[in-house]
Parts: sequence; C-alpha cells; structure tokens
Amino acid sequence: MATFQLTVNGQRREVNVDPSTPLLWVLREDLKMTGTKFGCGISACGACTVHVDGVATRSCIVPISHIGDRPVITIEGIGNDAVGRAVQDAWVDQDVVQCGYCQSGQIMSACALLKSTSRPTDQNIEESMGGNLCRCGTYPRIRAAIKSAAAQINKGGA
Amino acid sequence: MNLNRRGFLRVSFAATGGLVVALYLDPTSRAQETAMPRQPAKVYPPDAFVNIRPDGKIAIQVNRLEFGQGVQTALPMVLADEMDADWKNVIGELAPAQDVYKDPLFGIQIVGGSGSIAHSYQQYRELGAKTRAMLVAAAADRWKTTPDKCRTEASVVHGPNGQSATYAELASEAARKPVPATVRLKNPSEFKLVGKRVKRLDSRPKCDGSLKFGLDLDLPGMKVAVVAHPPVFGARVKNVNDAEARRVDGVRDVFEIPLAKGTGVAVVADKYWPAKQARKLLNIEWDFSAVDRADSTELWTKYKQLAQTPGNVALARGDESALDKVAAANRIVAEYEFPFLAHSPMEPLNTTVRFDGDRAEVWAGSQFQTVDQMAVAEVLGLKPEQVIFHTEMAGGGFGRRAVTDSHVQREAAVIAKRLKGTPVKLVWSREDDVQGGYYRPMHFHRVEIAVGTDGFPSAWRHVIVGQSLLAGTPFESMLVKNGVDETATEGTADTLYNITNMHVSVHHPKVNVPVLWWRSVGHTHNAFVMETLIDELAARAKMDAIAYRRKLLKPEPRSRCRHLICSTNRPRAGAIVCQRDTHSEFRVMSLSEPVSLVQSTCRSKTSDQRSTARRSQLIVGSQ
Amino acid sequence: MPGLRAGVLVSAIIVSAALWASASRFAGAETASTAQGVAAWEQVYSVLTSPRCINCHTATNYPQQGDDRHRHVANVVRGPEGKGVPGLNCAGCHQETNADSTGVPGGHNWHLAPLEMRWQDINDQPLSSAAVCRQLTDRSRNHNLDGPGLLKHHEEEPLVKWAWDPGRRPDGSARTLPPLTHEQFIAATRRWVEAGTPCPTGR
Repeated sequence: MATFQLTVNGQRREVNVDPSTPLLWVLREDLKMTGTKFGCGISACGACTVHVDGVATRSCIVPISHIGDRPVITIEGIGNDAVGRAVQDAWVDQDVVQCGYCQSGQIMSACALLKSTSRPTDQNIEESMGGNLCRCGTYPRIRAAIKSAAAQINKGGA
Repeated sequence: MNLNRRGFLRVSFAATGGLVVALYLDPTSRAQETAMPRQPAKVYPPDAFVNIRPDGKIAIQVNRLEFGQGVQTALPMVLADEMDADWKNVIGELAPAQDVYKDPLFGIQIVGGSGSIAHSYQQYRELGAKTRAMLVAAAADRWKTTPDKCRTEASVVHGPNGQSATYAELASEAARKPVPATVRLKNPSEFKLVGKRVKRLDSRPKCDGSLKFGLDLDLPGMKVAVVAHPPVFGARVKNVNDAEARRVDGVRDVFEIPLAKGTGVAVVADKYWPAKQARKLLNIEWDFSAVDRADSTELWTKYKQLAQTPGNVALARGDESALDKVAAANRIVAEYEFPFLAHSPMEPLNTTVRFDGDRAEVWAGSQFQTVDQMAVAEVLGLKPEQVIFHTEMAGGGFGRRAVTDSHVQREAAVIAKRLKGTPVKLVWSREDDVQGGYYRPMHFHRVEIAVGTDGFPSAWRHVIVGQSLLAGTPFESMLVKNGVDETATEGTADTLYNITNMHVSVHHPKVNVPVLWWRSVGHTHNAFVMETLIDELAARAKMDAIAYRRKLLKPEPRSRCRHLICSTNRPRAGAIVCQRDTHSEFRVMSLSEPVSLVQSTCRSKTSDQRSTARRSQLIVGSQ
Repeated sequence: MPGLRAGVLVSAIIVSAALWASASRFAGAETASTAQGVAAWEQVYSVLTSPRCINCHTATNYPQQGDDRHRHVANVVRGPEGKGVPGLNCAGCHQETNADSTGVPGGHNWHLAPLEMRWQDINDQPLSSAAVCRQLTDRSRNHNLDGPGLLKHHEEEPLVKWAWDPGRRPDGSARTLPPLTHEQFIAATRRWVEAGTPCPTGR
C-alpha cells in the first residue's frame, strides 16, 4: 500500500492503495466515481477511457503508480468545457444511447477526437472510435452525433 | 385449441421444492390471444405504478428491466399519455420483484419473448387512464362539479370555470378515491406521446456518468467477491492452496462454494482489484472425474456426421423422397457451421446480496426477477417474500440475464450467507463471462434443395444439429415435443416460404457446455441459413432477391401483409391500413415516408384451406 | 647505392608494417571479412525479426502483439506519425515504463516504426534477410544512419533496449526475449558494421 496524490477533474485527491491498482479501480472504488466503466479489464473495449494530461487513456490497464502529476479528466468532468458539453448535448439530442454502458468511454474518445480534429471525416471517426465497443450497436448514431457536435463546436456555440 | 403447446405461464413451488414453470412463447399466435382462457384478472393498483411527488415529479414504476431496449421510456410514455402527465416531469423507475409487476401474460416478472410492449401496453394505458380519472374525481369534488366538465393537460386539471389544480396538489385526495373498474382510453388520434418522436428518459445520466448500473452499486461495509470457476463445466474442487491469496492486502476470506454445477472457490475482499489479484494466486486442483471434457474439434466432427442423416422430425410436409428424384445438377447442398456464441453484454455479470438471517436484499440487473428471487430465497432458506429484490439498470443482456438456474444470483447468495450481515457484490470478470458458458449453442446445418425448372425450390431437406436449450429446464415439457426443441427449429419448420415438399429434422446432442437463449434465439442461426439460401436461389434464377421472396411467400394474408401493404379503405393522412383474413382485422401502422400507389392482390386463406382472392389498393402516403 | 636501396626497403617494410598494424587496430583484435560480416548480419537479423521487435515494424496500418504476432487489440491504427490517432494514441496506454500488474508493456515514446522501416510484408511474413539488410543500409530509408549510427541506435535507443526488458504479460508470465542478449546483439552489430555492413546476396 502507498499513498498517491492525483488531480481528478481539477480537484486534488489522495488515495492509499496498492501501487499496482489500475486507475480505473482507484476512480471507481476509492474515489467512488463510477462513471468510468469496467468492460473488459484488458483495454480491448474502451469503456474505461479517461483523459490523462489530455490524452485518451484506457484506465483499466494503467496502474496508479504510473499517473504521477498528470491531470486526469473523467466522464464526470468532461462536460466542463465546450467540446465536452457539445458532445454530451449531441449524444442526448441524437438519442445515441441504449443500455449506455459503453457511452462514458465513447464520449471520452469522441472528445479526444474533436479536441484535435475539428472537422473529423468518416475515416477519422472510424479510426479514432474504432476501439470503443458497443454491443447494442449504436455506432451509426455515434457517428451522427460526433458530426453534429463538430458542427456545433465550429459554430462557436456549445 | 391446442393448450398443450401454447399454455400460459404458471409459476409455483411444487411440494418437492422444484420449480414448475410453463411458458407461453408463441408470438405468431398473438392473434388468437383474445380467444385464450384468461388468467384470473389481475388487479394492478395505480399506486403501485404511479407516484406523484409533491414537487410535481411523476415516478412511474416499470415492470421490466431496462438494458438498452428503451422500455424505461416506452412504458412510462404509454402511461403518461393516458394520464395527461407533463412528460418533462416524468421519471421511469425499475420496479422491484413483486407480484403486481409480473408480466400479465407470462405470469412472472421477465423481460424476454418480445413481451414488454405487447403484454403491458394495454395494462399501462389503463393505469394511466385510471390515475387520471382519480385525479379528475378529486378535482371535481373540490370544485363541486362533475368529472365530465373537467379536462386535463400536462399534469393540470382544469375546471369549467377557470379553476385549475396541479396533479401534485390533488395527489393525496386522488389517492383516496376508488380506483375505477373501467376507464375510457384515448383514441389514438389523441396521443401526444405514443407514436411521436420522444427522447429517452435515461440519456443524460448515461452521458454524464451519473447513472448507476448494478456494477456501480456501493453500500456501507460492502465487500466484493470473485469466484474461481472450474476450467471444465461442472468439475469440482479437489483441494486449494490459498496461502498466497490470503496474503494479498484487502483479502478477507477464501472458501469453497457450490455452483449451479460443480464447485468453485470464492475470494472475498474489500475491493475488486485485490479480490482479482488474490484469485490469480490460488492454487486449485480440480476433480474432473465426473464430467465430460467437451472438445471443439471432436464436436464439429460429430455434428457434421449427425447432419448427414435425419434426426427427430420437426416438419414432414409433402413427399419426403422428392429430393432424391432430382438430378444432382439441379440440387443445392449447403452445410453451415455456427460456433458457440457468448452474449458478452458490456456490463459484466454481477449481483449484490445482503443476508440478515430472516430476510435478504438483492440488487441485480435481472431479466428474470421472479425466478432469481426464488433461487436466492431457496439458497438462503427463506420464502421469496422475505427477499427484497431490486432491479438495477443493466448494461446489455440479450438473454444472458435470464437464466433458469439463476447461477449468478445463487453464487452471490451462497457467499452472502457466509458473510451474514455484510452485503457482498459478486463480480464476474470479462474472462469469467467469455469462459463461463450459457452460450448460444453451436449448430451445424445441412440443407439439400431441389431446384425446380421454374427456379423455385421444389423440395427442401434440412437437418439441424445443436444442443436443446430447454432440455433439463422447467420449460422442457412445454416446448420440447417428440425430441424437437422448438427454439432450435423456429424459422425453418415454420417458415412462411411456400415450399411444397419440406422436411426439417433435428439432432440434440448432449454436451457438457451450458447453453442459453441468445437474442432472437433460433433465428440467430436459422435466419442466416434460410435467407442466404433464398438469396442463392434467387441469384441462380437470375431474379431480384425481393421479387423472388414475394413469389415464394405463402399466400396467407398475414405474411403477405408483412410484405405488401394493402387496404380497401380510404386512409387517414400518413396511415397504412392492412386488412387481414376474413375477420377483417385491421392493424394500423403509420409511415414516415410516402409509398407509391400499386394495385395488388391479397389472398386470404380460411381455416379450411380454401383460397379467396381479394382486390385491394396500396395507399399513397401523406395526403 | 646499396645502402639507399636497403634503406628504402626497410622504410617500405616499416611503412607497410605500420599500415598493417593500424589496419589491425581499426578492425579490432580479429579480421572482419565479408563472410564474417554477413554471418554477423544474420545474427542481427534474427533479433530484428523476433516478435519483440518486428511487432512494431509492420507493413500494415496496425501493430502486432504477442509471440504469435496477432493484430493488436482495440483496432488501434498507425496514424500519420505512427503514434496512433486521437482517442487511440499509443502513449495513451503504453506508459513510460512497463505496467506489469496489468500486462501492458511501456517505454519512452512508444510508437510504430515508419513504413519505410517495415520488416515484414502485408501478409505479416518477415522480409528476407537480404531485403531487410538492404533496407537497413539504405540511408534514404534509415533516417540517414551510417554504420556507426546504426550501432549507436542499437546500443542506446530506449525502444530497442525495451526488447530485453519487455515486462510481464497479463497472466503474469514473462514475455519472451529476443534470441540473443543485448550484449550479443551489440557485438554482432559491431562486427557487421566493421565489416562494412555487407548484405547477403539474393532477394
């Protein structure tokens, strides 16, 4: 067991855990932030996606000991900026979700895409979102919502 | 009427403690539902379904699991529409396991068999209308007027002289009113929500991380458990060395538990990660002596072999030997292999149980609450009514969360029994899930088709090899007849394609792999086989795939009308009306796009097999 | 004059000896013939085509993983700089060091080798020894590295050195190492470079 300090959604937090514990389980069980989901534990599904220092990261396979000072943003905090808000609004507007379990990760990946590519093409979407699985099959609506969020962001609104 | 094939569901404990269940699962007989003997009329008190809160929010209890299909929005829509509730203030809640929330037709609380809207539509309409009637009665009392002089809109009752009162204001008076025995339901033209584009109620919380699924549950003092399952289904623990596992920080206990079949080892810890790490350190020796080790290669060989000869007959229509008389050049022979298929819903399986000695509480995203509640009660030595069973939002299911042996809930209950007083959340990892069985069975199909000179199949011989889903379950007596499990043949033996000489048979090998229905069940493999073969036939006949199907479909009004839209009446704007059969039964659907006007012929078959042609007209779209 | 001829002869011998000695010093303690250089190359090649190295020297749009070199999980793709694409950057999961508790390898600047450094074809078959050798010594494709540059790359590049400290798999077992130790790999590289980086003949 060791003590780790980390910044999550702008807040400084402290936990006392085994250094091998993946960030996912620190978020969910030590910080009680269950928005980030456990889908596979082997980085294959994307449900656990968070942003670490602005980079989309699969929290199920990054041990807490590897995080350090890099700020972490989760689904609970992504709505604090224009891109996050636009994506969440587009998701609601387009009725993207079904069971919803994959959608935290989908939204985090979509935000990473839109923060770097303001007008993503179908291929951009295919490549950036292709690692986020959805067993309900909401993919066409995810694509539509990303495009609609992009349009909203480029209009300057959110 | 044939009750031995299409009975109603009844659930009871037999004197011996076994579960007796009969399931009505025939969607194609829906038209006959009104002719069936009804179960004793259930009383559905509105106050069990609708709670009008002082702040104006209206919480509607949904008698189904929500796992992506949208029922948590759909059934509240139905109720809220009849109730004239303000949709902006409606909340859908998943009802716990209770008698009043059972599916009115199935008689258990269940999501499955495409029954949610079909069986609860009328029920929820009535609930909404009755609630409205009680609110209006309360308002009429207040204003010393009569209900017929009042109207409702968006959670407000309006009186004849400008009076108004919100539902929240009237709620407690309304609750004291008698529940009307009958109510007037809306004319569909009055619907404000049903049939309209309405956004899901659960979207926003699913997009901001605030919605809690079963796996997200956190209770004070809760422990987390994982179970080491045997690497061969049904095997038993011979011995276990848990010394290293116990040394992991946060591990509380390690002990052997019985499983639905065989035994396993439970690891209980403060959190998931230490439990999982500890399980990796277990050194378990397994006893495989009493179980078969299923081998994929051997199974494929065996299945292919079985498929070469007919099995138990599901359909024998026309001349069985017709195929053999056709030259090989005019035959299509096809073999299909379908592997075991895991449902793998995105949310790994989990259940939380707390056992307090004389009662218990369960939290699970279950498709099968009545059955699971009984299973937990049985494990804990309680009566079902002593088990509070909460329905949690689930991350997918596709059938995986409806298991007749309730194996996940049983595992959790067994562990909770040992941890008496402490809630324990059992978590299946993704590896547990993919390796844990209860798959759509593997299947092998062999189909031989004789192609007539007109390009259409003159004979069809179809052999299916696959485990029976229902053998060994309480459903067996209802749906396994003459050695044929109907869930394996649906879509083939009962195909709507008009094939004169058709023979369908099935082999149900016994394999040591637990199997389960997977969304659409038999159609997961049968539809693929049938439709790809029809495509092949159409290509061979150089015909368009749709045109080919239209010609091949049985000349029955229901099947035709699924594919042709026809009516003898002038339509309302945007509506299509389908006339079926000699009962003149109308089914109203609405279309969002216009269709072109075409003359067509609908045939209807009366019960004595005579054909009656009827001229009809296809409808133009919006007018 | 006899003394002058003897003097020239002695000088010639001395000069030759000096030249021979300096040549020996350049070559190290032993002579590196072309044949020996090619043999050293074959040793280098055996490392380059082992899974720990070749999995990121693909000809496709994706990396491989595992000793069976299957396509990398999560549909990750190359991206414009071999660093993945937004949402799926290599460094998002592959941290600066190995994460043994979850079985994810890590190293500084984790990324795919560029396509001009592919050592397999699009069917995942390793290219021939001759072909890889030609690629490695083609300065228009190898980031302009000469022999000593290649040696230094093999000695110092973190992602190269990672192959000998590849961490543990998710099941806890150690990842297999290349067929030579790092020291042997460097020694072979040195012999090959000192022989003038000869390549085997053929395709």
